[in-house]
Amino acid sequence: MNPVWVIAKKELNGYFNSLIGYLILSIFLIFIGAFTWLIGNDVFIRQQATLDEFFGWAPMFLLFIVPALTMKQIAEEKRSGTIELLLTKNVSSRQLVLGKFLACFLMVCITIAFTIPYYFTIVQLGNADHGAIIGGYIGLLLLSAAFTAIGIYASSLKDNQIVAFLLALVINVIFLFILGFVGNYFSGWFGDILNTLSIPNHYTSISRGVLDTKDLVYFGSLIFLFLFLAELKISKKS
Amino acid sequence: MDIQIQQLTKSYGFQKAVDNISFSVKTGEVLGFLGPNGAGKTTTMKMITNYIDIEQGDILIGGQSIKSGEMNRHIGYLPEHNPLYLDMPVIDYLEYCAALQGVAKSKVPMRIREMVRLCGLDVEKHKKIGELSKGYRQRVGLAQAMIHDPAILILDEPTTGLDPNQIIEIRDLIRQLGKQKTVILSTHILPEVEATCDRILIINHGKIVADGTASTLRKQAQGQQVLKVKIEEGPTNEIYEKLQALEAVAMVDFIDQASNRFEIQSVAERQSNKAIFELCVKNNWVLSECIPFETKLEDIFRDLTLN
Repeated sequence: MNPVWVIAKKELNGYFNSLIGYLILSIFLIFIGAFTWLIGNDVFIRQQATLDEFFGWAPMFLLFIVPALTMKQIAEEKRSGTIELLLTKNVSSRQLVLGKFLACFLMVCITIAFTIPYYFTIVQLGNADHGAIIGGYIGLLLLSAAFTAIGIYASSLKDNQIVAFLLALVINVIFLFILGFVGNYFSGWFGDILNTLSIPNHYTSISRGVLDTKDLVYFGSLIFLFLFLAELKISKKS
Repeated sequence: MDIQIQQLTKSYGFQKAVDNISFSVKTGEVLGFLGPNGAGKTTTMKMITNYIDIEQGDILIGGQSIKSGEMNRHIGYLPEHNPLYLDMPVIDYLEYCAALQGVAKSKVPMRIREMVRLCGLDVEKHKKIGELSKGYRQRVGLAQAMIHDPAILILDEPTTGLDPNQIIEIRDLIRQLGKQKTVILSTHILPEVEATCDRILIINHGKIVADGTASTLRKQAQGQQVLKVKIEEGPTNEIYEKLQALEAVAMVDFIDQASNRFEIQSVAERQSNKAIFELCVKNNWVLSECIPFETKLEDIFRDLTLN
């Protein structure tokens, strides 16, 4: 078996063998369920068969949930010294990073999969736009993958989980809010660049059901960039 | 597989942790790596296992450079503080290590059974590693290093934290393994080196200061034969004078005048025990003690590393 899979399997099992996996799953479902169906501008108040509210709120919770999943991955290996065991075995830094990424991403996918009943509920309630919902899920997965890559990178920097969590949170906030916020204050090319770099710009267009290559390239490069930085960080051994 | 280390250098800032060292280890040889703290033992081992990058020089395993990362599958490594996943059961952990080392899936259960037997883990195999005592954790560390049956074993202080019985067991194990494999082990415990290693390498400040078997190192350090002798039923002064007059004897010293005990140093390259015995026979004295004084490995170590 490829070491990437071996590591991914072990870490995914780790989530379900301890409380963390279940805890994160329930926290996400409780909050997202409440905001989709019960609190605020929910489906019943809007009187529309859409999951817009769900896709609007999900990034806000993933912002916290994903760093909580990724924070221990590499930082803990560094603290306990087990990273030395891994890297002196038949495992490259790239395989290690990919394995860790895959485990966290699958965990997020499992969490998101628990919201699929929402789709069936909405379909029962009225004339739902299937394309928009499928697009929304694709957008959500891309966004989660980007957050996961950021989290893995943050975890590779230091041997402290709290630092990894906070750093991932900060980077997520920058991509989710600050770039767009600052970008709106500038007109011209500088504002355009900041807006292009901000996540909502790409996420919302996918959520509307418009699958554009430029958005896929954006998320792809974000994931690649942070995983590459993490690999660089781990393989620099002196 | 043999290991060849060629002009290996590694520095941290201005300090050279490993300074241009070269040596080789043959298959079936157990090499004891000795040196005071911070001498560069662990750094060298980390370079052999490809955990830290080589600054200058090269390490060849079976003729191939380790820089490619391809050679790691032939190495079993027990790091210095024996890091382990404390929340994993022993068996799961060994399975994980076997999978990472690319052991074929059909062979994994057999290898695990073999390791559990070899390292005496049978009673504890279903416990989580965090529940084990230090000695058992050390055994798990050894088991993970050997799970893929590597040709080369790098063990950084393998017997720390073990009780005397376990130390003897682990030493026997290393001796046994050393017959077919190439083993490098580092330690602070000097008797351990004598008990397990075919060859000793002492390094200090990143340089090799001694290389050889325990007995050759002794011979180098010792130079002259020293005997502790007790002779009864004779007048002390006469004994002293006659001993001093012997041709092979360089110097006689009293250890304890009342019980006629002397320390006798022979002339370089000569043995004086026979002459002393004959002297006693001729004078009808009783030679009740004649102990060759061995230079201890500790003294050699101190001599080489304290300057």
